[in-house]
Amino acid sequence: MAESQESQERPEPSPAVRASEAVYRTVREKFGDAVSDFDANDTMPFFEVTDARRWKEVALFLRDDSRLDFNYLACLSGMDYPAEGKLGVVCNLESLGKHNHRIAVKINCSRDSAVLPSVARVWKTAEWHEREAFDMYGIRFDAHPDLRRILCPEDWEGYPLRKDYEVQESYHGVKVPY
Amino acid sequence: MQELEQAEHGSVRVTPKGNDRVVIEKDLSSEEMILNMGPQHPSTHGVLRLECKTDGEVVVEAEPYLGYLHRCFEKHAEMVDYPGIVPFVDRMDYLAAMNSEFAYCIAVEKLLDVEIPRRVEFLRVIVSELNRIASHLVAIGTYAIDLGAFTPFLFCFRDREHIMNILEWASGARMLYNYIWIGGAAFDFPADMQKRIGEFVDYFRPKALELQKLLTENEIFVKRTRGIGMMPADVAINYGWSGPMLRGSGVEWDLRRNDPYSVYPELDFNVRVPDGSVSDIGDSLSRHLVRAYEMEESLGIIEQCLQMMPEANGFDPRSAIPKKIRPKAGEVYGRAENPRGELGFYIVSDGKSTKPVRCKARSSCFVNLSAMKELSQGQLIPDLVAIIGSIDIVLGEVDR
Repeated sequence: MAESQESQERPEPSPAVRASEAVYRTVREKFGDAVSDFDANDTMPFFEVTDARRWKEVALFLRDDSRLDFNYLACLSGMDYPAEGKLGVVCNLESLGKHNHRIAVKINCSRDSAVLPSVARVWKTAEWHEREAFDMYGIRFDAHPDLRRILCPEDWEGYPLRKDYEVQESYHGVKVPY
Repeated sequence: MQELEQAEHGSVRVTPKGNDRVVIEKDLSSEEMILNMGPQHPSTHGVLRLECKTDGEVVVEAEPYLGYLHRCFEKHAEMVDYPGIVPFVDRMDYLAAMNSEFAYCIAVEKLLDVEIPRRVEFLRVIVSELNRIASHLVAIGTYAIDLGAFTPFLFCFRDREHIMNILEWASGARMLYNYIWIGGAAFDFPADMQKRIGEFVDYFRPKALELQKLLTENEIFVKRTRGIGMMPADVAINYGWSGPMLRGSGVEWDLRRNDPYSVYPELDFNVRVPDGSVSDIGDSLSRHLVRAYEMEESLGIIEQCLQMMPEANGFDPRSAIPKKIRPKAGEVYGRAENPRGELGFYIVSDGKSTKPVRCKARSSCFVNLSAMKELSQGQLIPDLVAIIGSIDIVLGEVDR
């Protein structure tokens, strides 16, 4: 990951980062090599679920384990990494009102297949977030209850937030590029 | 049973066991009907379309359709530099532009390591709390008008005008300010500004009380909202609700308190949730009450800030702004408590460019609205209007 390579010698990590690291250790203990190493940067500490097929399992563990209790999915953002030929999502999780710790989780898939497991049944808020990621990046979420475009029209062509996106010439007889 | 058989021959009034009287009419079509609400319906607060599957007066399912106001914020953000995004952010939640700018600047500043001058912090908190009051005034006013109460709407807009004038004096614009900049603010307050804000606070305090009495002691308003659109706390959290919506479900959660930013830790304010005496916890009335409480708390915050604020003395609010804003490589999720809930920005910087690689806006109304389908099930159509109003959506932020 380009973001993790820039890690430099940092002074003492902040309490929030230490709390996230404790969370990561619990997850690592359970899932072993299915998750990557922990990136302890101080703006948004994260880890990656390298085995994307197990993402839903990891998500359920994050939500239901009494040491973690991540009941609140603050944000789920689609991502495009053209250099690595990957698409992905970034989830910002928080244990709201319980442990108050936070962590970010990344899950990637290849640009060609672009399929990820859906967590809409784990956190209901993910339903619309995943629809948005599908709309903008064309990531298909497996077992999503209602995967349709949400912001663009149903018959829009292409996925606008991909880095190589080229806008269609006309839409229902209306010239699109201006 | 005998009576039911009679019904085969025409319309007969049947009295089953108990007191309910049921009318059975033969050949009366009873299939579900699709009813479209919006996108040009005043009670949907903008261009939202609800496709309601109705069974008589009862909504079986309401499916929201969005995107009518989609202006590709995230695509634009990848094409302009960091300070250039601020005006775009204004146009997301146009009723609370100051708060949106504040959230965006907090997110970028986390990657920048700039020291924000103390006076700027107070400028920011004062203008965003004023904007919060203005935003809640619109929310409460339009909510009342949705439910048929016209007077509170006029009261709200009269008082909101004072705030617009104050913010216009500070920034030059009435609604879309471009006032809070990364690393500072566009202008310092004009002379006598603090005095004028103080006068407004004194003026508005009794008006806020009056407004609250006008609605929460109005029997029709209470009957239309109490117990309507119930949302239990755990489901609300699972839906990602935040702000007044979550507090309406009884969860004492406020980012100004729970993930504090700027000078909020130094300020004394309460995170008030309804106690269940006038409303049922989690209903539309609770969400309305939270907004009314919040206006009072905001007044208190403004008063404290006016006192604690350092003197101007030739102060330049642009002094800490870097010449070229190029954040270090990394990613950040920064957020702030907006009038409608948690507004978050997920920003990825590559460390070389002056434009973000990715700038995702986590819109509070978008997330709050996603529970609409569940909230609307089994409600009456007029109650649907009460529910949408209580969510307090701004379609500019939902669609971005």
